[in-house]
Amino acid sequence: MTTTSAPVRSRRFSKKEEDDSGVHPRRWFTPYLLIAPGALWLLVFFIIPLFSLGRLSLENGGLSNFSTVISDNSTVIVRTFVYATIATVAAIIIGYPLAYVIATKGGRFKNLLLALVVLPFFVTYLVRTLSWKILLYDGGPVVSILHSVGILSDNQGILGSPFAVVAALTYNFLPFMVLPIYVSIEKMDRRLLEAAADLYSSPARAFRRVTLPLSLPGLFAGTLLTFIPAAGDFVNSELLGSERTVMIGNIIEKNFGKEFFRPELSALSFMLMAIILIGVIVYARILGTEELA
Amino acid sequence: MPVHRLVEGFTRGEKPEGPEGNVVTQSTMSQSTPGASGLDPQQPVIEIDHVTKSFGEFVAVDDAHFSIGQGEFFSMLGPSGCGKTTTLRMIAGFEQPTSGAIRLDGVDVSRVPPNKRDVNTVFQQYALFPHMNVYDNVAFGPRSRKATKDEIARRVPELLDIVRLGDFAARRPAQLSGGQQQRVALARALVNLPKALLLDEPLGALDLKLRHAMQFELKRIQREVGITFVYVTHDQEEALTMSDRIAVMSEGKVEQIGTPTEIYDSPASVFVAGFIGQANLWPASVTGRSGATADITALGASLKGRCQSENLRPGTDAVLMVRPERITISTNHPGPTTQGVRGTVVDLTFQGPIVRLVLHAGDDTPIIANIDPDHDLPMLRPGDTVWAAWDATAASVLPASPDQPLTATDVVDEG
Ligand SMILES: Nc1ncnc2c1ncn2[C@@H]1O[C@H](COP(=O)(O)OP(=O)(O)O)[C@@H](O)[C@H]1O
Ligand SMILES: [Mg+2]
Repeated sequence: MTTTSAPVRSRRFSKKEEDDSGVHPRRWFTPYLLIAPGALWLLVFFIIPLFSLGRLSLENGGLSNFSTVISDNSTVIVRTFVYATIATVAAIIIGYPLAYVIATKGGRFKNLLLALVVLPFFVTYLVRTLSWKILLYDGGPVVSILHSVGILSDNQGILGSPFAVVAALTYNFLPFMVLPIYVSIEKMDRRLLEAAADLYSSPARAFRRVTLPLSLPGLFAGTLLTFIPAAGDFVNSELLGSERTVMIGNIIEKNFGKEFFRPELSALSFMLMAIILIGVIVYARILGTEELA
Repeated sequence: MPVHRLVEGFTRGEKPEGPEGNVVTQSTMSQSTPGASGLDPQQPVIEIDHVTKSFGEFVAVDDAHFSIGQGEFFSMLGPSGCGKTTTLRMIAGFEQPTSGAIRLDGVDVSRVPPNKRDVNTVFQQYALFPHMNVYDNVAFGPRSRKATKDEIARRVPELLDIVRLGDFAARRPAQLSGGQQQRVALARALVNLPKALLLDEPLGALDLKLRHAMQFELKRIQREVGITFVYVTHDQEEALTMSDRIAVMSEGKVEQIGTPTEIYDSPASVFVAGFIGQANLWPASVTGRSGATADITALGASLKGRCQSENLRPGTDAVLMVRPERITISTNHPGPTTQGVRGTVVDLTFQGPIVRLVLHAGDDTPIIANIDPDHDLPMLRPGDTVWAAWDATAASVLPASPDQPLTATDVVDEG
């Protein structure tokens, strides 16, 4: 106490001592210096390209580019949104219980189980998705079993169907759902559940009123990390889908390579961004997470 | 709903009534039944019936057997790791006894889950719900029990007033000081008017000054609501000042149960004598026995002391215990009615309210005496020979304990 207050007091009386004391007012620009590299990176590699893309999307017709793009691709836009939503919901349904069980019942196997969740990521995205093709092709193991059980009729396959695409989207982004949920449940104080039980809550009510609300930030993060890449994805539809399953990403990817810098494609990219942004905002509102909304 | 009925009594500042309508307050518990310690209280709320708890091979609680009465402030006191928390957790329902039974109001609840037991816990680190404000934390219990909106809207503010947090209802736990969080935890438990409130070192995380203030607060609140408190602490001073009765525990065993005065004046074992306050503990051997008095030889003299243990028969080894403040110093023989031995002054330390005097008896056994500095004494110097004397009732003869070293125990009082 005395050691810190002494220089402060002396500063008030003597200007000279202030300089000697080594106490300097915090320089106002220090924080800006610290964020400068990151800001520069964002400017060069994100803001500028985004800006030029935006300008491009308005060329040769201005805002009408957007209405053209929407009316031409309405089915694809809706489909993209629906696929990404289903994949996200499926990832929650599979991922939440998984994360919950690992966090609460994992014991000393926690890290091993988590490693298993992340393990597929040691294989490239492309190869991972291609291997599903081997798994799901018409003469392959999954289809044969489904045929013999009678779930699929003899002339039905999985490859090329919306199911294959959505299932693969779910699979590919599942770890992004599991990890943040796991972290939020894992860091929760276990005694809170004892407190809830002590205060007459059944395990189900304790989950609803304590565990679930405290894991919402993780659920929120997991949802964004799943929904955003799923909505922008083209690999799964490209490799496992068909013309029935075309997503926005496929259209952008197909055409961007060939006919460079077409305004309509820029407009479509902006559409995709807008869909995701609106989805995120609506979701944040519904969830009411203080940290993010 | 009985809880509701109790709340109304609660509002008027009355104590909940027992089945016969006679209110047993803490003062009648501790003062009108002197010497009845350890015996079962007349209206037991909690009965711990030969309860043992093992974790694998390790026995954390060993055959605990006692009951806690209606409205009582009951403490479990003992060093860290002696099984206090485990006992409390068994009462709350978080652990199940390996053997034995726990009864609440006469009903065996040993296998009843915590949410179906009418007791509430104030956790060591409070365990407040971080995502709820103070009001919702306190309302958590009543909402679980499906209390009506009116009831909750009346009771929660009432409790917040009792713990003096009326203005903090909208705050989150993270926005409160440690002492305030502690009081939220208390209100959250008390709002349910449980049969007993279980407190696990509730003041342990507070600084000294706040701890003293909260000891006073807790007593006030307990008096106000009249609910049985089961209080776990390792702080002997806290237990002595707050409790109606204390159970002293050591290594999973209950060593002694009694009022603070009984525990302090007539410890049942060397452990209890040494753990609570300061004590001179001298090796002794029993030469005769008549009722609650034993004749012994100790410090090279023939002495007498009070003796509770049946096992101390003539010829057995024992320990003589005298509190340092019960010893008086004189230059002459103290007379035939008091006990006394001669000793040589070794050291004198002024400690504010007392002077601490160390003597050596004839056989070099140290004798510690705390004496009043105003006491009319000639100047003492190391090397002087004096008489150390005490009343026979101040001397306790205890069973010798193989694992308890016999040095004059000096429990440093953290207060
Ligand atoms: N769940 C458990 N598993 C194994 N040992 C335990 C468990 N809980 C408590 N113990 C052991 O039981 C003993 C008593 O613990 P505890 O009741 O917490 O002591 P106290 O509260 O008196 O400090 C300690 O030695 C502790 O290590
Ligand atoms: Mg403990």
